[in-house]
Amino acid sequence: MYTGKIRQILLITDGCSNQGEDPIAMAALAKEQGISVNVIGVMEQDVIDEKGMTEIEGIAMSGGGVSQIVYAQQLSQTVQMVTRKAMTQTIQGVVNRELQQILGRSQTIEDLPPEKRGEVMEVVDELGETVELEVLILVDTSASMKHKLPTVKEALLDLSLSLNARTGDNQFSVFVFPGKKNDVEKILDWTPKLQSLTSIFSQLTTGGITPTGPAIRTALSSFNTKRSLRSLMTGDDESFLEESM
Amino acid sequence: MMMNHSLKNRCKVAPGTVIAGKWHSNKYTVLKELGYGANGIVYLAKFKNSQVALKMSDNGMSITSEVNVLRSFAKVQGSTLGPSLLDVDDWNSNRGQISFYVMEYIQGPDLLSFIQTKGKAWTTVLILQLLNDLNKLHENGWVFGDLKPENLIVTGPTPKIRCIDVGGTTLQGRAIKEFTEFYDRGYWGLGSRKADPSYDLFAVAMIMINTAYPKRFNKSTGGITQLREAISKQKDLLLVEKVIVKALHGQYSNALQMRSDLLSLVTDNKSISPGNKSTTINSTNSTFHNPKANQPPNQAKSRQTYRKKKKKNRWVETISITIFIAFLYFLYIFQKLL
Repeated sequence: MYTGKIRQILLITDGCSNQGEDPIAMAALAKEQGISVNVIGVMEQDVIDEKGMTEIEGIAMSGGGVSQIVYAQQLSQTVQMVTRKAMTQTIQGVVNRELQQILGRSQTIEDLPPEKRGEVMEVVDELGETVELEVLILVDTSASMKHKLPTVKEALLDLSLSLNARTGDNQFSVFVFPGKKNDVEKILDWTPKLQSLTSIFSQLTTGGITPTGPAIRTALSSFNTKRSLRSLMTGDDESFLEESM
Repeated sequence: MMMNHSLKNRCKVAPGTVIAGKWHSNKYTVLKELGYGANGIVYLAKFKNSQVALKMSDNGMSITSEVNVLRSFAKVQGSTLGPSLLDVDDWNSNRGQISFYVMEYIQGPDLLSFIQTKGKAWTTVLILQLLNDLNKLHENGWVFGDLKPENLIVTGPTPKIRCIDVGGTTLQGRAIKEFTEFYDRGYWGLGSRKADPSYDLFAVAMIMINTAYPKRFNKSTGGITQLREAISKQKDLLLVEKVIVKALHGQYSNALQMRSDLLSLVTDNKSISPGNKSTTINSTNSTFHNPKANQPPNQAKSRQTYRKKKKKNRWVETISITIFIAFLYFLYIFQKLL
């Protein structure tokens, strides 16, 4: 019934950016292209400072996504929850706009009587189960993240377990920043399974800088090349979710 | 959801606050907070001299989603697992519109505290009840999902297990909506997160393990090896090891199978002298369950003796069932070895 797809960037970081463009502006750019940006701040014993917190919330806010600060131990559960919430949020946004077209300007799901709302929710649930999902994962590999990386790997494997239980298709891609040579490095191209991460993650080196802004920008272009490649190959113009956003 | 605390603040109301519905105009007086989770806060409230539980959330859609589940629970004949739904409405508070629903107030200790105060003998009885209720739920196409002791309340006067949080309930075949790692088979690397009856039965097995390890434990090596080791260290768990392991492996496709296996294990372990009646497994189930359900609340003692008599009568039959199952299990192991 519905052939759009949901596209998300999931940023896993533990602090403030210190190089390149403003990540909040880059997140806003993503939102303009119909890609939501979600941020998970990972703490350990250390606490994320005020500046880092503000940036994390700011990125999610301007990226139309969800943000959450967690301790490393709870990362698995949070990663899947944040991804799911952001997905539902996007679907609700689309459903709300459809409703506004049918019922008039100011009507949203919340303005319907509770009984009707239940029926709408069933549609949202159904879409969440079947819609195609693309998640680009951006992992901060600055020095302070070093001993958190095994936990991040576990959480990502767990995420693919959760999402692959859905009926709809999933595509994942993983980028790390800073990379070995550039600010950002792709370590896993678009794939439905994240299992191959296990070997790649153990070879990762960590670096000093945190170029969050450039990382988001590179992530965006990865979505774009993917789209153009696909439309080149199949020759169809898919109706993207973001067109109605 | 930007941050969790903002959600909590908006739904935080003081005792004495009157919550008036916008659509159905019922008035509820908040008495106290009962608890809060990721999806909202639950209050004890007064409505026309009766006590009800009222759940409020900033996220109207999660309220709607839970209401949908409670509505379909109501359609399940004879199931008393979840609370019954009384009202759904919006409240125009001074902080904006907040969605809420009102349900039956289920009072009692949670599963683990109940077992701690009343004794371990209750574990099996309550698990058997739970399996029965789960079976009804599964037959209607649902999977409970987030099954854990904190969500299970034992009400009285005749102890009956009930569930208070239906947020994780998922249609079979879909991806599990909400789960808690310790009770999730995906976390232990023992299966997918697709909703099927064996997902719940895995959680039941973990709850049984949890009764022997009230503080739970963390994943070290993970997988079946770590769990089997945990079982082997506890005498109470060893008695029912077969059932737990089978459930952990996802070998029960329905709750009644697990129930009858558990039943035959426990009755076999405790009976001493043989009887001479033999019936089928199914009638064993119903004879065990019905007398208990019809018991008046204050006849615990006579119930005990009654049950003992029953046990004697079923001795022969239980032995034969156990032998039969052991034989099947042996065949299965044999086949695996080859």
